[in-house]
Amino acid sequence: MTTTLTATTTRPEDRFLHAFEAYAGEVLNGTSEHLAALRRKAIERFGVLGFPGRKSEAWKYTPIAKALQHPYRIDPVPAVPALTEQALADYAIPELDAYRVVLVNGRFVPELSTTSDLPEGVVLTGLEEAARRHADLFEKYFAHYLDFENEPFLALNTAFARDGFFLYVPEGTALERPVHVLNLIDTDEELFLQPRNVVVAAPGASLKLVTSGHGRTAQRTFTNGVTEVFVGQGAEVHQYDLRLEGEAASGIFSTQAYLEGGARYTNGTLTLGGALVRNNVYVRFDDQEGEAHLYGFFLGRGSMHIDNHTRIDHAVPHCVSNELYKGILDDEATGVFNGKVLVRPHAQKTNAYQSNKSIVLTREARMYSKPELEIYADDVRCTHGAAIGQLDEDGIFYLRARGLTLQKARAMMLLAFARDVLDQITIEPLRAYLDELVAGRFGA
Amino acid sequence: MALLEIRNLHARVEEKEILKGVNLTVNAGEVHAIMGPNGSGKSTLASVLAGREDYEVTEGEVLYDGKNLLEMEPDERAREGVFLAFQYPVELPGVNMATFLREALKAVREHRGLPPLSPAEFMKLLKEKAELVGLDPSLKQRSVNEGFSGGEKKRSEIFQLALLEPRLAILDETDSGLDIDALRAVADGVNKLRAPDRAFVIITHYQRLLNYIVPDYVHVMVNGRIVRSGDKTLALELEEKGYDWIKEEVGLVA
Repeated sequence: MTTTLTATTTRPEDRFLHAFEAYAGEVLNGTSEHLAALRRKAIERFGVLGFPGRKSEAWKYTPIAKALQHPYRIDPVPAVPALTEQALADYAIPELDAYRVVLVNGRFVPELSTTSDLPEGVVLTGLEEAARRHADLFEKYFAHYLDFENEPFLALNTAFARDGFFLYVPEGTALERPVHVLNLIDTDEELFLQPRNVVVAAPGASLKLVTSGHGRTAQRTFTNGVTEVFVGQGAEVHQYDLRLEGEAASGIFSTQAYLEGGARYTNGTLTLGGALVRNNVYVRFDDQEGEAHLYGFFLGRGSMHIDNHTRIDHAVPHCVSNELYKGILDDEATGVFNGKVLVRPHAQKTNAYQSNKSIVLTREARMYSKPELEIYADDVRCTHGAAIGQLDEDGIFYLRARGLTLQKARAMMLLAFARDVLDQITIEPLRAYLDELVAGRFGA
Repeated sequence: MALLEIRNLHARVEEKEILKGVNLTVNAGEVHAIMGPNGSGKSTLASVLAGREDYEVTEGEVLYDGKNLLEMEPDERAREGVFLAFQYPVELPGVNMATFLREALKAVREHRGLPPLSPAEFMKLLKEKAELVGLDPSLKQRSVNEGFSGGEKKRSEIFQLALLEPRLAILDETDSGLDIDALRAVADGVNKLRAPDRAFVIITHYQRLLNYIVPDYVHVMVNGRIVRSGDKTLALELEEKGYDWIKEEVGLVA
């Protein structure tokens, strides 16, 4: 079933509104009353908000409305080509012994996902599957805290989201092996994908998650992905998102994390591919003694546009947040970092650190860095630092004066710069894999 | 054939002429000291020889082993066996010392037609050379020069010299900021590295270092030129009489 676009469609938003009605059967089919109502509410809200315009502060450097004028094909249940095990070999991370989940075009592929041998009580499956077979858990967490009142992309995803992955680790359980989600785009159409993922660490649980995005097509695609993460009391979640798509893939990738008391959350967002990429990492402390570490590394080349937005809400006292985002921009690439930290009036004894450093390698490359600290409590420690510069010429000369070629010297300095972030990765095979990947990009 | 021949070298930085006709000949096996008051162009000379781009050579030539040195890129010069021990060695956070040294040695060895060393051989060599200059071998785990004290930085430069075995070693005020023990360690290392096929050009402001590294020739640089050359006794005379004396001798008002 295809939605054909007519010349009378004026706003890009209308395409989505029409698609929702056209697919209403598919999207709402089999869902509970409550969920159906939520989806309707979401699409209505999206209709009201529309896409961010040029005056939108949050999208100041990323003209998203223009990008979305492109007539992508909106289909909540896109076709999934068959893939062999062989084809997946390219995306494996060497030495990483993980539970593997494969999503193709946002849809869970059980035949390629190894979800057996899971510890007791752990649920690792597709979102749609979870809604069917673990309805209670699903209803408990799906869109539980998500606030799309002022967020058109969260609203849009909530309205359309049909599949993705669902991970639940029960109370007190430590998931020893990490989970690796392969997000593959494989299509001969210009698809608009909206995967929705839910990750839950019950109180005292711990898990490590790697999601890597890859494109197997030269077709232009756009992904509006949302991942909700719940970190229960005293639980620990390490989440690493790798963007390794080709030049044709664009997307907005939003992670919404909610932390209970004493929760520990680490998020690493590593962008090495894609045409236009917007990463949104939102963390909210719902109880005291929580800790959040946000790391980001982005490597822009060609005409890539990488926009990193983080938002940390210190809604309660005694929590710690720490951010380190580093980027390297080459050719005519553009990078953006906007780090918002909100410390509410009663959030005393908050510790919030933020650092953003970027290297711009050419005259044409651009970097925009904007820390935004809104502090309403008075007994807090908040620091932020932003620096945009070029490679240290003295350092390059020193290395060359010892026999290293210019390329090798630059590669060494760039890798050293990147390692500040890469060395923070707590999954060793992943760290090694990325180190090699990044080193290769510099010709090291 | 001389190892290094500098003929009528003129160089400037940002429109200001610093070197105004430097002449110097250095043969393999020799140790030359270049002394001079501040601003005489000593460090500029070292920078030009190493290939720093901020300096523009306006006249003259430099022949290294009969080849035009000024046409070589900085890394080419290093691979050809020219080594500059920096006055202010830069810190490179995140660049591992051992990795850096391995790459440097690999580049130099490859140029000499030698195969790279095995990891074990390399580590052994690192340890050996570190001991030569009294440097703690654990530095190999650290980032290049990061957190090194002044003395450690200078010793690290000599350590690199020992590792890379250059044919022409230029020491740019290696003694500045060193206490007597560090000075001795540095001098010790240099003396152990003296060889018939290696030449040293030691740039220094004070005579003190030359008590430990006894030079074959001493040159005095004033106002961008070498105005007087002699043997080690010239250094002692300078120590005694000061730079003003030289300036008067060559007709420059103090």
